[in-house]
This record gives sequence, C-alpha cells and structure tokens, in this order.
Amino acid sequence: MLDLFWLIPLLPLAGFLINGIGIKWMPKRAAGYLACATVGIGFLIAAGAFFDLRALPVDERSVTHVLFPWITAGAFHVDVAFQWDQLSAVMALVVTGVGFLIHVYSIGYMAHDPGFKRYFAFLNLFTFAMLVLVMADNFLLLFVGWEGVGLCSYLLIGFWYHKDSASDAGKKAFIVNRIGDFGALLGMFLVFWTTGSLTFDEVFARAPGLLVAGAALPTAITLLFFLGATGKSAQIPLFVWLPDAMEGPTPVSALIHAATMVTAGVYLFARASSLFLLAPGAMVVVAVVGGLTAILAATIGLVQNDIKRVLAYSTVSQLGYMFLAAGSGAFVAAIFHLVTHAFFKALLFLGSGSVIEACHHEQDMQKMGGLGKKMPVTRATFLIGSLALAGVPIFAGFFSKDEILYNTFTSELLGGWGVVLWVVGALAALLTAFYIIRAVALTFYGEPRDKKIHDHAKESPPVMTVPLMLLAVGSVFGGFLGIPIWTHLNAMHNWLGPVVGLRGDAHGAGAGHVAEAAQGGHDVGLEVLLMAVSVGLALVGIAYAVHIYVRNPAKARAIGERFQGAYRVLWNKYYVDEFYHAAVVAPFVAFGRFCWRVFDVQVVDGLVNGTGQALRGLGSLLRPIQSGSTPSYATAILVGAIVIMGYVLIGGPR
Amino acid sequence: MPVLTLVTFLPLVGALVIWLLPMDSRGHRATALATVVVTFLVSLQLWFGFDRSLHTMQFVENLAWIPGFGVSYHLGVDGISVLLVLLSTFLGITAVLSSFSAVENRTRSYYAFLLVLQTGMTGVFVSIDLFLFYVFWEAMLIPMYFLIGVWGGERRLYAAVKFFLYTMVGSLLMLVALIYLVIEHYNQTGTLSFDLLEVYGTDLDRTEQLWLFAAYALAFAIKVPLFPFHTWLPDAHVEAPTAGSIILAGVLLKMGTYGYVRFCLPLFPEATVAAVPVIAVLSLIGIIYGALVAMVQPDLKKLVAYSSVSHLGFVMLGVFALNLQGLQGGMLQMINHGISTGALFLLVGMVYERRHTRLIEQFGGLTKVMPAFAVCFMIITLSSIGLPGTNGFVGEFLVLLGAFGANKFYGVLASTGVILAAVYMLWMFQRVMFGTIRHKENESLKDLNLREWITVAPLLALVFWIGIYPKPFLDTMDASLVHVLEQVGAEAPAIEYDIRGGDEEHAHLGIDAPGPEAETAPIEDADTGGGDDVSAPLDPEPTTDAGEETE
Repeated sequence: MLDLFWLIPLLPLAGFLINGIGIKWMPKRAAGYLACATVGIGFLIAAGAFFDLRALPVDERSVTHVLFPWITAGAFHVDVAFQWDQLSAVMALVVTGVGFLIHVYSIGYMAHDPGFKRYFAFLNLFTFAMLVLVMADNFLLLFVGWEGVGLCSYLLIGFWYHKDSASDAGKKAFIVNRIGDFGALLGMFLVFWTTGSLTFDEVFARAPGLLVAGAALPTAITLLFFLGATGKSAQIPLFVWLPDAMEGPTPVSALIHAATMVTAGVYLFARASSLFLLAPGAMVVVAVVGGLTAILAATIGLVQNDIKRVLAYSTVSQLGYMFLAAGSGAFVAAIFHLVTHAFFKALLFLGSGSVIEACHHEQDMQKMGGLGKKMPVTRATFLIGSLALAGVPIFAGFFSKDEILYNTFTSELLGGWGVVLWVVGALAALLTAFYIIRAVALTFYGEPRDKKIHDHAKESPPVMTVPLMLLAVGSVFGGFLGIPIWTHLNAMHNWLGPVVGLRGDAHGAGAGHVAEAAQGGHDVGLEVLLMAVSVGLALVGIAYAVHIYVRNPAKARAIGERFQGAYRVLWNKYYVDEFYHAAVVAPFVAFGRFCWRVFDVQVVDGLVNGTGQALRGLGSLLRPIQSGSTPSYATAILVGAIVIMGYVLIGGPR
Repeated sequence: MPVLTLVTFLPLVGALVIWLLPMDSRGHRATALATVVVTFLVSLQLWFGFDRSLHTMQFVENLAWIPGFGVSYHLGVDGISVLLVLLSTFLGITAVLSSFSAVENRTRSYYAFLLVLQTGMTGVFVSIDLFLFYVFWEAMLIPMYFLIGVWGGERRLYAAVKFFLYTMVGSLLMLVALIYLVIEHYNQTGTLSFDLLEVYGTDLDRTEQLWLFAAYALAFAIKVPLFPFHTWLPDAHVEAPTAGSIILAGVLLKMGTYGYVRFCLPLFPEATVAAVPVIAVLSLIGIIYGALVAMVQPDLKKLVAYSSVSHLGFVMLGVFALNLQGLQGGMLQMINHGISTGALFLLVGMVYERRHTRLIEQFGGLTKVMPAFAVCFMIITLSSIGLPGTNGFVGEFLVLLGAFGANKFYGVLASTGVILAAVYMLWMFQRVMFGTIRHKENESLKDLNLREWITVAPLLALVFWIGIYPKPFLDTMDASLVHVLEQVGAEAPAIEYDIRGGDEEHAHLGIDAPGPEAETAPIEDADTGGGDDVSAPLDPEPTTDAGEETE
C-alpha cells in the first residue's frame, strides 16, 4: 500500500468532483455512498500504508511522492508532493478514520436536507484539503490545505446560507482565519529567504546550521507560524470564530471544528518542532497562550445553555491543552491528545447531534432534561465521551491530559512558568469536568423541562448510533496508545519520537539539550502524584455538577443569581466580540468611508474637476475653434504631436 | 504567415466589414463574434509556437514605414508581451459574447468600436517601434471614449471625458519623453531610429534618466492606475457597458504595468532603482487604500473597480521588487487580474441585465434562484481573494515573496491586503448571494443561460489551470524577465543558505556539530535575513550562488 499512499487525498477529491459536477444528475443515495466510500477506501489505504511504514527501519520511515512541479521562480521551487512519514500517517489515519464515521453518520443526520448532495461534496472537499494539509511535503502545499480547510469550513458553517447568522458565522471564520494565515505567509517568507527552500526535509536539515537558538530570526519565524496556528486552532486572540461556527450542521462541527481542522495548528507545531525548539522564547508564548485559552474557554463553557456552544468552548479549551503541551516541548503528548480528543469530542458532537435531531433542532439544554431513558445509546455513548473529556482514569482523555500536565510541570523550557501553567491546567481540568457533567445532567437526567420536546424525542437510527458506538470504543481504549511513558509501552512515543524534535542537530547543542530535557528524565513518583491531584480535581468537578444539576436543580439558579456580575461576564464571553467590533471593525469601516467620501471624492476629484473648470474658462477664449467633441481634440492632439515631432526631428537636432 | 499583423489587424478588418453592413442588420454581432474567434485562433500560434527558452523578440515583422524619421513597422513579442496579447484576444471573445443581449441600440457602431479597440490594445503590446507604439496607445483611447460615452450609464459623459483627459495628460508627457529619448539616441549614434531595441542602448546620465523615468512613469501610473491617480477608474467602470469594463480592467490597465516593464525598467535602470521607494509606497497605499474603499462601496461595479486599484498595487509592487519572484508574480498577476476581474465584471453585468441595478442592497439571497451563477461567482470571488488552487494565489504569493525579499517592510504591509481582500469580497458576496430574498423582483431571476455559460466557463477553466499548474505560464515569461533584470542590473536578494555555500557544505554542517565549521556563525539578527547589501560570504572560498537568479 505504501506506493499508493498518495491516492488517499485524491480519492475524496474525486468524490467532490463527481458529486459537485454531477450535482443535478447524481441520485441522492449514490452521492452519499460515494462520499463515504472515497473516505473509507482512503482509510484502508492509510492503514495499509501505515503497517508498511512500520515494517521499515526507523530511519527509512519517510516516503515522498512528487505529483508534478508547481511553482518555479528563480531560486524558488515548490512541488505538489505528498509525504508519508510517522506524523502524517497518524494524522491521515485520524482524518480518514474519524472522517469516515462522520460521513456515515451524516447520511442519517442530513437525510432530509434539500442540500444533501452539496453537503457531501463539501465534506469530501474538506477531507481532501485536510489530507493535503497533513501530507504535504512542503510548507506551501501545507498552506494550500490550510486555506482549503478554511474555505470548506466557511462553506459548511454557512451551509444554510439563507440564515443570516450562518452566513455571518462563516464569513467571520474565514476572515479571522485569514488574519492567522497572514502570519503563516510571513513565516514562510522568512523561512524561504533564510533557508532557500520551503520543502520540509531541506528546511529542517538546514535550519540548525543557519539559526542560532534563541535568536531573533527563529523566534520571529515561529511566532509568525504561531499566529497562523492561533487562527486555525481558535486560540487567544483569534478564538472568537469557533463558537459561532456552531451554526453549521452538527456533523460538520464534529469533523471540522473538533476532530480535524482545528487541530491543524498543533500539527504545524509538531511538524516544525525542530524550528520551535530553536526558539525557546516562542515556546513559552505558545504554552502561556495555550494555558490561558484552556482556562478562559472552560470558564465560558460553565454557563452556556446551547449544548453545541458548551462543546465548542470545550474544544477551544482542549486545544489550549495541546498548545500547552507543544509549548512545553512535549510535541508527542500534544499529538496524543489530538488523537484522543478527536475520538471523544467527535463522539460528543455527534451525540449532541443525535439529541438535537431528536429534539427537532432545539439546542437549548434548558428545554431538555430526562432524555436519557428515551435515547439510551446516545446517553451511554455521550457519557463515555464526557468521562473521557473529564479525564476519568482509563478513559482516553485521562492518559493524554495527564501526560500534558506532567510535561508542563517538569518542562525545563518553561522554567518557572511550568508550575504556574500546571496549576492553570489542573484548574481547567476541574472546570472541564464540571461543565461537561452539567451538560450531561441537563440533557439526559432530571425532569423533562419541555414536555412537547420530550414527548417527540426518540433514539436515532443505526446509521447514526453505530458511529457513536465505534467512537465510544475509541474514547475508552484510545488512551492505551499512550499509557505512561515509564512503562516503555507508550506506542505514541515510540512511533512519533523520531520525527518530532530536533533533526540533523548541528551546533544547536543547546536546543538539543532542551529537547532532551523536555522529553526525558521521568520522575514516576511525581507523575503519579500529579495524576492523583488532577484526577481528584476532576472528581470534585463531577461530584459538584451531579450535586447541583441532578440532585438540587434549584441550587444552580441560586448560585447564578448570587454571582450575577461574574455570571453575566461569562455569559457574554468576556465581551471579546464586542471589544473587537468597537476596536477593529468599526474604525476600519469608518476609515474606509473617510478615504472614499473625503479623500477620493473631495480632495482628488476636487482637484481634477477644479483643473477642468479652470481649463474650460481658458478654453472659452478659444471658442471659435472649440468643437465640443473630445475625439476631435484627440485627433488634433495626435496630428499636432506628429507635426511637432516632425519639426523637432528635422529642425531640432544640431 | 505574419501572425502578429493578422492578430492585430483582423479585428480592424472585422470592424470595417461591420460598418459596411446596414444599420439594422442582425449580422453585426455575428460578424464581431466570428472576427474575435478567428483572431483568437490565429493568436494561439503565439502560445504553441513560442520558444520559451529565448528572451528575444519572436514572430518579428520589420518593415520600413517612414524611413526619413527612422520609423518602422516593427512588431514582435517576447515573454513579457506574449501572454498579454493572448489575454487581449481571449477577453475579446468574452467582451463580444457579454454584449449579445446587453447592447441593443446602435449595434453597428458598438461592435465596430469594440473591434477597433482590440486592434489598438493588441498593437500596443506587439509594437517594438516607439512611434508605432504611441500611435496605438493614443488610437485606442478613441473607441474606448465612445464606448463609455455612448453606451454607458447615466453619467457617461462625465466619466468619458474624465477618462480621456486623465490619460491624455499622461500620454503627452510620455510623448515628450519619447521624443527626447529618440533625439538623444540620434545625438549619440547618428542614427535616427524609433526602434525600441536600438534605443535600449542609449546612454543616459542619472538626471536625464530621472526626468524621463518620471514622464513615462506618470503616464503609466495613470493608466495602471497607481494611487493617487486612480479616481478616473471607478467612474469609467461604473458608467462603461459590461464589455467596456471587461476590456478596461482586463487589458487596458495592463498597458500601464506593461509599460513599466517594457520601457521604464530597461531604459532607465538607475532611475528605476532610485524610484523603488516611491513606487513601492504608492503601491502599498494603493493595496490598502483600494481595499478599504472597496469595502464600503454600495455599488457592485465600484467595489470591483476599487478592488482593481488594490490588485494593481500588488502587480506594481511585484514589478518593483526587482527580483525574479516579484517580477514573475507581478506579470502573472497581470494575467490573473485580467481573468478574475474581467470575470467579475462579466458576472456583475449578468445580474445588472436582469435587475438593472448594481446596488448591493438591492440583492440578497440570489443563491436560491441562481445556483449555477452562485457557483461561478464564488469561484471568481475566491480567485480574486487569492485562495490557493486558484490563479490569484500563485501570482499574489510570488509578488509577496519577492516584495518580502526586497524589503521586509513592503512584504508585511502588502500581506495585510490578503486579509482585507477577504473582508470586502466575502462581505459583498454574502450581501448579494446569501440570506433570504428581500426584494420581490429577485424571486424570478433566471439562472445562467447557455450563452452565459459559454462566456464564463473558459474563465473558470483558466482560474484553475493557472492555480494548479502555472508552469507553462511562468516558463513563458521566465527568460524575458531574467533578461529585464539583467538590463536593470538589480541584484537578487540574498538567501542566507546560499551565502553560506550551498548543499554539500551544509549537509556536512548538519551532521557533525563540533569542528572548524563553528566559525561560520549563524545569523543572529532577523534584519540581515534578506537585506539589499549582502554581507561578504563567510566561508573561505567565495561563492556566487547568491546572484544565480539573474543569470
């Protein structure tokens, strides 16, 4: 399968083209099956190619397939070429695996939507773009996927384009992402003008010899990439688009805004980890922003009533954990959490979709309650996803979150920040456990708060529940891919270790040392202790949520009223959107109006028209020969010009 | 076969035939269509027969015209002009097809003028003789003036006169500079010649260069248009008929940018280098200013017109980056802008024909009634935004890469245009296409008909072709642009890696850290990353790699 790996992204592209061009003629059912098949077959090839890759010796585990030369301009050259190595294999498996389940689920979820075929075309296009992103062999092609997934996100958030809220959200997502892309572009320019290449292998081989660890240049490059990552992965200050993105169909939220696209920033860190390790200052920034985002989003998640918004803020928060891990130098832990999160968050979103479908597109949890008995499969799987998210032992999220927190605490890269960020991360874990159990309680337990909705609710069909069950399996057992490192059975580390971190170390001895320190030297006792603390906090969060939302529902309201100020700030998401509007959007629009109405119309045109008036005044003296038709002026000018030229040429020179 | 003569004058022949037809004949548009299609087919020879390894003029025709003045009928194309000629003949078809149902009155003169205009534009790009160039440059104004002034909108006369006077001012300055140049050449060599290839060799001192550059640059700046000479453009576009806008945006503006590459750079290299800061700053202002003003336009055509100001700023910045990446990007962006903005005007024209308004607030929710139109409009919008996979990305990326290499400050500021483009285009798209239908008149709008499909489909194909496989286009321009850079004598921006000695050295460096290589201290400061002055190579043996791009 290894020689076919480049087909993985092309299959969904073919699906998109067939469904897109044939949108009028394709039978609906066939369109859905085709879309699923392209991703499913892609997954099988990816699995095959994964095992083929594993059969190779460690230092040969990278295969490149050049499709065709893309852009050449002087010293600049970039191919359209795919790379299959440990990292892209993991990512491609997640994208096609989770993606396939979500495609299948969508057949049920979107069954009655008039835009069914368009939906699957877009979903396939997204899968293609995401695979390009994770399989590109150079920064520019990665960027193609990067903007491509942004486009699909835009198209799918605004899928129900007749709703203004949906098209607003799509546009917002695209534009906010573009701000990030601006950073990514500049980062690429710096990389090219430094290393003379954008191909990963060349850049990473040359960088250590060209960049001094800790100097301005590597810091600038990595911070620019980081800006790109904050856009795509919805981190401070660019996280504002993701909650709004919930306007899209729920499976889209699961695939794009939880499992795959939003993790692109984390992938970029892992891919370019050898650059990031040359910029310790940038690493601290990444970690601090990740930690802050994790806790900020978790606090907002505490008070949201829209079930998807809770999950959206949860996603922002969990991505914060991944950034925290990357900033600590624990790139493997970041990817590990990316994988487990893909399982349990996709599960939670699809579960919420099942609930929303059952409630006739009601998303307000205050109108739900008591749905568990009617939807046993959805409840069970949603609960599994929640426990995984909360970090309850043996569930997937437990292992990955534990590894992140341990690495944060011990990271030498972060110095004194490590402990502070650990506290932040542990607190966020407490809040996480609370808000997700609150959501479970409000949705599935207690008394039905809206009888009509409750009466009509019923379990979703198997095409939706089977993917839920499969994802639940992943959410339970996925963690065993990365059981604690001291056991030496950590599959993630053994697999990814060789590709993340420094490569071709030259005089970056300092950075190499840092990388070593960030990943080695395990204190088993400490890790167990930290684990106990975070599990304890999670259990406290769970217990408290059960206490007030299942046992004493009245208490929740009382608490909300008692801390009204804080509640309102959280409910309004810290007024970040309002601030951006007042500080950025409005001034730009006003300035644009000023440029147009004042500068263009009054200043420049005033000058032009004034000159015209003056000339006309002058011209009235010559009225007898003024015919009033401009073309005859033109002819006159042309003739005059030729005459003058003739005169100059004959009489002029010498 | 004299391909260039045919490509240039077939439209004129077609125009004459149309003028011979009766006023009310139905044959005007058929004749026009036949003419542009045949012209395009003939011009395809320029694509297939062009030798991409040469930088010299090809398909040359050189006949004495006015021997006493050294004026000749000298035509030829190189990598700089060949794609622009093809763009002209290609968009000629689009323009004629777009007029089929849009123009109903005085079709005879309309199509005749459209064809004369095409002859004028093509002539500008294929003329090597300066006199001939000037004749075409001026001649093309007249049909354009009439197209706006007769078939335009309400304020057509104001717009037409404004367009005419603006360009005229520039042209006159250019004429003076042209004459001076020819005389100077005569003084130096004793040969009176208007032949550009001979005039290239004229030896001019710095002051002369600056004055002549200024005269040429102003003429071209108005045409481009470069900020702050752009205010004729929105008026001309808004008032012009659809075909006029397509040609205006698609081809006419390129005459300005083409002029810089063809004349200013090779004729006045010293002045060019000196003028970089001025032109670059004006381009940057144009990029940002055009985008901001486009953002707040209530009229679709005006929005697209201002977006042109922004896009042409990218082109100019790329050209004046004076490195191969920027120049390639700038040239490619000329073609891209012709395709994308031409298509935008075409599409806006389609909704205008249906609704007789271009005010954005009159629309909303059109996707529901015009799904096929929505797809085309979306693709072109994305191309205009420069999304990867479309033509706009390749050009814009190279421009920005080159600009960044020339000066980081330029690169950073220009890149903000990438964000702003998304803002104004997507906002416009949303207000026109998304949401619910608010105006009753929009409920019964017809989707694209077959003719409209045929008009727009080739443009869509080009969007993806250039976006996905730009190699043939870049290869076409490559040799000639390398040659232009040699004429300017500009140094390529240094790549750190090359300064330090290329691959072998580094593969070595990369593997074993300790050793004598330690003395090649890595670059500590970002500022030296791509500056103009290349620090001396640090290795013992000097390397020449840094300059390889211009060789």
